[in-house]
Amino acid sequence: MLPISTTRRDLLAAGTAFGAAALTVGAPAIIRPAQAQGLAPTDSMRGGANNYRPGAPIVQRIGNGGFWMSGTVRRAGDGAPLPGIRIQIWAHTTEGYETDARSHGATLTDPNGAFRLEMPQIIPAFGQAHGHLAYDDTAFKTVFLRPVMRSSQDKSLKADFVLQPA
Amino acid sequence: MAWMRAALIWAVVAGTIAVSLGVAAMSPLLAWRGPVYVVAGFAGVSALALVLLQPLLVAGLLPGLSIPRGRRVHRWVGAALVTAIIIHVAGLWLTSPPDVVDALLFDSPTPFSAWGVVAMWAAFAAALLAALRRPLRIRPRLWRLGHTVLVVLVVLGGVVHALLIDGTMGSASKLVLCALVVAATAVALFNLRAWMALTRRKPQDRRP
Repeated sequence: MLPISTTRRDLLAAGTAFGAAALTVGAPAIIRPAQAQGLAPTDSMRGGANNYRPGAPIVQRIGNGGFWMSGTVRRAGDGAPLPGIRIQIWAHTTEGYETDARSHGATLTDPNGAFRLEMPQIIPAFGQAHGHLAYDDTAFKTVFLRPVMRSSQDKSLKADFVLQPA
Repeated sequence: MAWMRAALIWAVVAGTIAVSLGVAAMSPLLAWRGPVYVVAGFAGVSALALVLLQPLLVAGLLPGLSIPRGRRVHRWVGAALVTAIIIHVAGLWLTSPPDVVDALLFDSPTPFSAWGVVAMWAAFAAALLAALRRPLRIRPRLWRLGHTVLVVLVVLGGVVHALLIDGTMGSASKLVLCALVVAATAVALFNLRAWMALTRRKPQDRRP
């Protein structure tokens, strides 16, 4: 007989014990930094950077408006609102494709870290009614978002950023 | 009564295809699309319509088209289907290159893209297998099993792809067209005993 049991049940038991140990001992080490930082940074979404045109001008309104893109920008960790942050916005709208320069614009967050930009109505393109937003400046890490509208009839869309220092 | 049944089958098939294309042609979304994007969309709708014809033709389910004649038409419709898929993807690529690259690399945020890409490759493979069948003398068993598995992927992938998309097709006509595609494929596979390639043993395998 080998000193180490090799039945399936024992292997399962040993595996479970190891997993439990890893969870109880190992997990806090992984979780701790995130808890210490509090608010986790927003990850870029898949396809978020598609048809991005860097350096969209800050505008009062994209095109003729009629649709509102809004959201907030906060700092990772303490969640402090970030004023004066440039958010770039683009979408396939009633006035142009995502690839068209006129579909792109940018706005700055207010003292409460909120932004709001009027733009033409977003319409379904490539099978989904969605918008694109980017934070792409030097102070924080770049984030690209691609929120999807619940209904293509919606007149507004929200997306929030939590940024971490670059 | 046979003529009534024939007329009914043709009316349902032709009517569903005509209504699907007609409703898509009336879509308000078309007002905000350029010609290339419009053509790409219609190529997709047409591809789904051609997928409906394929099982009907090959199994002789369309009255007036016998199986041998239906199979000749099936080959031409297959070529048209491959062409429609190429126009669909090429048109979308011209409209928004990064979205199509994401889809082809299975890295798209939209869940329906992957289904469409699987259906596309399966359709290309099914057509290629058909084209190479005689020159390469592909064994009947392998040919039948291969073509069947691939076209089931085309139907499944294509139908899910279409149903999940918010596009120019009307939701009711799209649902009816997809249901007919699935039903026609199922009936054709059943009529042609498509699973025989799996279950039937070769004579030398049989016990005496």
